[in-house]
Amino acid sequence: MRSPILQTAAKYLLPILLLFSAFLLLRGHYHPGGGFVGGLVASIAFVLHSFAYGTDNTMKLLWYKPLTLIPIGLMIASAAMFAPVLFGLPVMTGLWFDQPIPVIGMIGSALFFDLGVYLVVIGVVLTILFTISLYTH
Amino acid sequence: MIDNQIIATVLVHLFTALLQLAFWRKTVTQRILSIAGTLTGFLFAANLFTKVYTGSILTMNASNWEAPFGIVFVADMLSATMVLLTSIAALAVSIFSATGVGRARMLYGYFPIFHFLVMGLNGAFLTGDIFNLYVWFEVVIIASFVLLTLGGRKAQLEGAVKYMAMNILASTFFLTGVGLLYGITGSLNMADLALKIPEVENQSIVNLTAMFFLIGFGIKSAVFPLYFWLPSSYHTPPSAVAATFGGLLTKVGIYALFRVFTLVFTPDEFMKTLFIVMGILTILTGAFGAIIKNNIRRLFSYLIVCHIGFIIGGLGLYTKVALLGAVFYLIHDMIVKTNLFLIAGLIRQLRGTMNMEKLGGLYAHYPKISLLIAVVLFSLAGIPPLSGFWPKIYLIEAGFSANNYAFVLSVIIGSFITLYVIARLWSEVFWKNDPAEEIVTDSFKPLKPFKKMLLVLPIGILAATTLYTGLNAEIIIQVADRISTEMLDTTPYIQAVLGN
Amino acid sequence: MELLLVMLIGVLYAAGVYFILRRSMVRLLLGIMLLGNGTNILIFLLGNITKGKPPIIDADLKVFADIYADPIPQALILTAIVISFGLTSFAIVLLKRVYALIGSDDLDDLNTPEEEDI
Repeated sequence: MRSPILQTAAKYLLPILLLFSAFLLLRGHYHPGGGFVGGLVASIAFVLHSFAYGTDNTMKLLWYKPLTLIPIGLMIASAAMFAPVLFGLPVMTGLWFDQPIPVIGMIGSALFFDLGVYLVVIGVVLTILFTISLYTH
Repeated sequence: MIDNQIIATVLVHLFTALLQLAFWRKTVTQRILSIAGTLTGFLFAANLFTKVYTGSILTMNASNWEAPFGIVFVADMLSATMVLLTSIAALAVSIFSATGVGRARMLYGYFPIFHFLVMGLNGAFLTGDIFNLYVWFEVVIIASFVLLTLGGRKAQLEGAVKYMAMNILASTFFLTGVGLLYGITGSLNMADLALKIPEVENQSIVNLTAMFFLIGFGIKSAVFPLYFWLPSSYHTPPSAVAATFGGLLTKVGIYALFRVFTLVFTPDEFMKTLFIVMGILTILTGAFGAIIKNNIRRLFSYLIVCHIGFIIGGLGLYTKVALLGAVFYLIHDMIVKTNLFLIAGLIRQLRGTMNMEKLGGLYAHYPKISLLIAVVLFSLAGIPPLSGFWPKIYLIEAGFSANNYAFVLSVIIGSFITLYVIARLWSEVFWKNDPAEEIVTDSFKPLKPFKKMLLVLPIGILAATTLYTGLNAEIIIQVADRISTEMLDTTPYIQAVLGN
Repeated sequence: MELLLVMLIGVLYAAGVYFILRRSMVRLLLGIMLLGNGTNILIFLLGNITKGKPPIIDADLKVFADIYADPIPQALILTAIVISFGLTSFAIVLLKRVYALIGSDDLDDLNTPEEEDI
């Protein structure tokens, strides 16, 4: 059943929720938020879209299978984990740039780790939900 | 001593898995990457082992946070030995999987998941933080769920449901224990806990927490009242997967029992008696279960349960000799149990069945392979001078000096039944005339020599390791001696982690 | 507050155990989930609940002068929730597959006799 109200709302909510998820991702190191919550919000945006327009349309919107996000995210996260070893520090030590960057703030390896988590969470959640919803039909 | 080397064995498998994900659906590349990855992992593990063996306990503070606050990775003798054995077994399984696992399973990501599993195992062995141990356990569990269900035959899914339910339950118990432990001590670092636990005023709540850990790890390592899930799930997946499970997954539960009940909690009289009683009953139920089974893998599953009893009983006696015997048995068991399931897989390749009644005459057709398998089977049964013999001597000696004749008797009964079962297996599968009238399904003979080699070589590697353990027992005894010394005197471990 | 949470944990554990002892697979899953949630609340409770005192330190102080809420139990619970999310979703897909294959929700129908082994 397609509801016009939900469809119109989803059309506007999708970019807003994605923006909000990016906001959560970026403020995550010192404030509430982070990769996991951000990833959940982003995937909820797509889930809402799939409720309104059907799973097939959401998959078209995504171009790639969400499964591909998992290895990409894992790679980014493990690169951020491994990077300090090149500087002779223990694994997972936070590396930080000296100068804060406007809008985003301080950038460090923790942000890239969070970015990896963000992508993995989107990939996992969407893969699971799409698998379950496509399996029933 | 602080060293990044510790985490290398974990990272190798992580990067191998990631590389394989990048080569999704390219099964040949994945096979080569898998063997290369496990080989590198083995080299790192051997390096780590020699460093710990010649030097002292190594530690590494992840994220550079100081020890009781951050997560610390510790490699003492027990951890280093377990990592080394895991990487030997992983190398063998990875070579065997190259031909022993179907292409369909590889397309669904068998190899990356296998490497995530080995990564989780290495992480669990090396971590010095009890909550981190829980997380590694979960990594192992999730990977093992996927491996168990890949391919999805009916029997496999049935086994998976039981396995899943019991393992999630075990994790819940473990997590409850961790929560209680944090509530009463305010720490999660195992070395720090070892110092804080004796200072807790209300020792009865400490014992309660210990019981949560006992149940959680007991389910995972399949001890007596909690073992039912193991024989009803381990015979279902492909043999390469069953080898990983049988050789490594239950042993990570044993490792956790050793770690928690020697370092964090010191067992009191009640706990020791409980361990011994559980050990005796595990030996007997496992042994009697194995007698009546006709399917090779079901039989091996019960033998796993039976031999876990030896280790648990050794832990329960809690003397130097007993711990030495238990650790030696663990070393012997990890390699042999992995090999047994690989052998079951090879027999399946040779004859298309694993039912002993339908098998026979393998010795006449494949004498060389049969002799190789005989080495493994007889070292499992503990024929002197092979590797299963020495630890039992220590266990029996420890039982006598503790005047615990029930345990001694059950070790002897368990060993005899193992011997009987192995002898029956040998005569049914190898000596008996082939019962099939027409030509049996042999998927081994048409294989190319290279692929045949890939199936037999891992069994050979593990058999050579077993032979080495048996014939150079004094070296293994030295290793086990150091491990048991570290278990009884935890001061070096605590000093290495916390500094003074 | 503590007493309420204690009662809640008791109810969750009791319901979880009851569900696990049933023969239905869906109830088994629900029971495991309830037990997991009970455990999470238990960890939350054991971390000594402190209201309105975030663990944020003043810029000019080196150690906490005041009592503060312990963030570690919350970090533990978050990790446990993430893990149980993964496990539960996997379990749901697995149970759906089993149901599609066997056509029954009863755990007793889950036993292949030994004769059918390969």
